[in-house]
Amino acid sequence: MANMSPKKNEMPVQKPDVRNKNFDEVALGYTEEQAVDEANRCLGCKHKPCVGGCPVAIDIPAFIGKIKERDFEAAYQILQKQSSLPAVCGRVCPQETQCESRCVRGIKGEPVAIGRLERFAADWHMKNAKEAPAKVPSNGHKVAVVGAGPAGLTCAGDLQKAGYEVTIFEALHKAGGVLVYGIPEFRLPKAIVQREIDTLKELGVKVDTNVVIGKTITVDELFEDGFEAIFIGSGAGLPRFMNIPGENLKGVYSANEFLTRTNLMKAYTEDSATPIVHARKVAVVGGGNVAMDAARCALRLGAEEVHIVYRRSDAEMPARREEIEHAKEEGVIFDTLTNPVEILGDEHKFVKGMRCVRMELGEPDESGRRRPVTIEGSDFVMDVDAVIMSIGTSPNPLIHNTTEGLETNKRGCIIAEEDTGLTTREAVYAGGDAVTGAATVILAMGAGKNAAKAIDRYIQGK
Amino acid sequence: MFEILKKQELNPTVTLMEIAAPLVARKAEPGQFIILRVDEAGERIPLTIADFDREKGTITIIFQIVGATTEKLNHLKAGDHLQDFVGPLGTPSHVEGLKKVAVIGGGVGCAIAYPVAKKLHQLGCEVHTIVGFRNRELVILEDSFRAVSDKFVMMTDDGSYGEKGLVTNALQALIESGETYDEVIAIGPLIMMKFVCKLTEKYGIKTMVSMNPIMIDGTGMCGGCRLTVGGKTKFACVDGPDFDGHEVDFDEAMERASMYKDFERHQYEETCNLFQKEVH
Ligand SMILES: Cc1cc2nc3c(=O)[nH]c(=O)nc-3n(C[C@H](O)[C@H](O)[C@H](O)COP(=O)(O)OP(=O)(O)OC[C@H]3O[C@@H](n4cnc5c(N)ncnc54)[C@H](O)[C@@H]3O)c2cc1C
Ligand SMILES: Cc1cc2nc3c(=O)[nH]c(=O)nc-3n(C[C@H](O)[C@H](O)[C@H](O)COP(=O)(O)OP(=O)(O)OC[C@H]3O[C@@H](n4cnc5c(N)ncnc54)[C@H](O)[C@@H]3O)c2cc1C
Ligand code: SF4
Ligand code: SF4
Ligand code: FES
Repeated sequence: MANMSPKKNEMPVQKPDVRNKNFDEVALGYTEEQAVDEANRCLGCKHKPCVGGCPVAIDIPAFIGKIKERDFEAAYQILQKQSSLPAVCGRVCPQETQCESRCVRGIKGEPVAIGRLERFAADWHMKNAKEAPAKVPSNGHKVAVVGAGPAGLTCAGDLQKAGYEVTIFEALHKAGGVLVYGIPEFRLPKAIVQREIDTLKELGVKVDTNVVIGKTITVDELFEDGFEAIFIGSGAGLPRFMNIPGENLKGVYSANEFLTRTNLMKAYTEDSATPIVHARKVAVVGGGNVAMDAARCALRLGAEEVHIVYRRSDAEMPARREEIEHAKEEGVIFDTLTNPVEILGDEHKFVKGMRCVRMELGEPDESGRRRPVTIEGSDFVMDVDAVIMSIGTSPNPLIHNTTEGLETNKRGCIIAEEDTGLTTREAVYAGGDAVTGAATVILAMGAGKNAAKAIDRYIQGK
Repeated sequence: MFEILKKQELNPTVTLMEIAAPLVARKAEPGQFIILRVDEAGERIPLTIADFDREKGTITIIFQIVGATTEKLNHLKAGDHLQDFVGPLGTPSHVEGLKKVAVIGGGVGCAIAYPVAKKLHQLGCEVHTIVGFRNRELVILEDSFRAVSDKFVMMTDDGSYGEKGLVTNALQALIESGETYDEVIAIGPLIMMKFVCKLTEKYGIKTMVSMNPIMIDGTGMCGGCRLTVGGKTKFACVDGPDFDGHEVDFDEAMERASMYKDFERHQYEETCNLFQKEVH
């Protein structure tokens, strides 16, 4: 019997004034009852409009149908046909602009909570499934994967399941990419990511951490070592700065540095050896997911005041709505239509303030968003002692610079065919943020999947 | 895990270790560095590749005990393992084509200067080495340097060994005596490099320095290692660590190096206490 409530089942969450002091997960997940109740809101539309909104075309009505029947394991099995990281995507996908934006229930109320249901089924499986994944006998072909982010992990998993011997090379000391060094614990518990990586290892995937491709080993040497194809999923980890005066003062971080110190090096735990500036008042410059994460981490590290400083208006912010709302609830202050022009330092070169100007929205620019223009004479000084620059990242040129024949576009992104990931060099494939620039987990995963299929065809066709 | 094959105390605060790291050894070049973590809860710290042996698959590091991580590292012995060891990182020193070079090392900076001097010597370049230490007790690598130098000058601040004075005094003396250099390579404390650069600027001698700002990833991801060089922001871990010393903003680099002073002192004291407790 369909549930005709116009509203989604609320997601149980930690209270804002509690969670803004801890690093535990904010959203607690549906109970079985809530999940079944929410699943009953799905009409099981024959033409499946929602599926068209999912970059990897998960059969949404089918998996939700299984939740209705309380066959949670079957729901999971449907999810994992298209997605190798459903517990991750259910948590971090920008559902409101993807699957849920196409849901017919969204016309007269709120759409079905597809993401929450996906998370529920994936978590249920993790908690209850026992059997170890079956190892596939080797077909004798070796493939190398560069980077252990969602793109690389997905590509490696799919190839291993098809019988290839896969080795992932990861520059950092821990696998997971942005999932471990960027997205904070309170949004994506690291145990979930670790679990996915452990599963891959059980399948037989080798994960070699502490190997920087382009430095420790080059792409050419990988071929010499007997790898027949290579997938590059090295992400877009190079931080941008604004190039305004004062950016090298003490207390100015790139979001990457701040989040890496906090998440990967666990600066928030008692026994971490990694220092972090415990600032009183923090300004985070930018309006994306990265900025929201940095702001919410800063709050949790004990800052009295955290500001998001964004040059356009609230409506243009690229972050997921849920993250913006969560940040607001937790007490992050939003200074929109505001742009920094200079960071001010004290006599010891520590940050003591940030000069900003107010903006207004003018004519639309190339991106279709209204261009922010400075309001003359509106400058003022914001009282802050730390600034976190979160204005975007681009792909690291390290691999491109050391690999002959691997071409990039003017933004530094590796050029690759859209549906196969084939680069300008034979047997070298690429996908994820390294190709698109900073994007999403699900797109990176989808690219890894497509490349795995293409690599399989390439090797079998040789 | 990476095994420590050999440990040798060079002086009371400087230790040499040889680590089994075949992949790193295969590619290492003078001027490059590695990043290590001692254990699972440890910090990532960069150390220069002081020497390497491609055949044996080993990397030599020489470190000064200055804080918590280097203290912890120094408590390990041959046969123990390091959690993480990644490299070679950074751009190798440009040594090709140089005919006559003055290599200047200050304190533990000598560990970074030595592989460069050795490589220059192997390439047939005339190498004049000036090394400086606070006092006789702290001298390291003297024999190694002598073996690759056509001229060798030892300086100590207090005159307890070699000549009394700073490395800049020795360099100036050499230049004034008529020596000419294609390049000066200066590696040591920021303040030393700054003053060497001031001196060589006067004589118009190109000077390369090796910068060692605080680093995390060492691959260009965090931007924590940024410096101003020639008015532009550079990442020491990928664009360097070697830079044209006449373009480096040393004052800014010195300020940035002190960012975590209080935290570091606290960690160091905690670590020392920890080890004292273990002993008792
Ligand atoms: C703070 C933050 C929050 C985000 N929030 C969301 C969100 O809520 N929802 C969402 O969908 N997306 C989000 N994103 C974006 C998403 O995380 C990325 O789009 C996604 O992780 C890209 O995956 P990837 O596999 O291409 O690259 P990455 O995850 O960046 O992984 C690349 C890996 O390659 C390694 N590597 C790089 N160079 C080398 C080399 N030379 N040799 C060996 N290894 C190398 C890196 O160390 C890294 O581990 C967020 C990103 C950040 C930074
Ligand atoms: C490219 C490079 C090469 C280096 N090579 C050598 C070497 O061959 N031998 C050697 O003795 N030292 C070298 N250093 C310096 C060495 O990394 C620091 O002494 C070490 O990190 C100190 O760690 P700690 O925890 O013991 O001390 P801490 O108490 O943490 O710090 C003491 C001092 O070390 C510096 N420091 C701290 N953390 C870092 C970090 N992550 N990266 C860089 N500097 C830091 C700080 O300026 C601080 O003042 C090098 C640094 C760089 C960047
Ligand atoms: S993977 Fe993302 S877009 Fe696709 S159904 Fe799940 S939440 Fe929606
Ligand atoms: S569009 Fe909405 S209601 Fe229809 S099948 Fe998809 S999730 Fe269910
Ligand atoms: S150490 Fe992170 S960018 Fe250089």
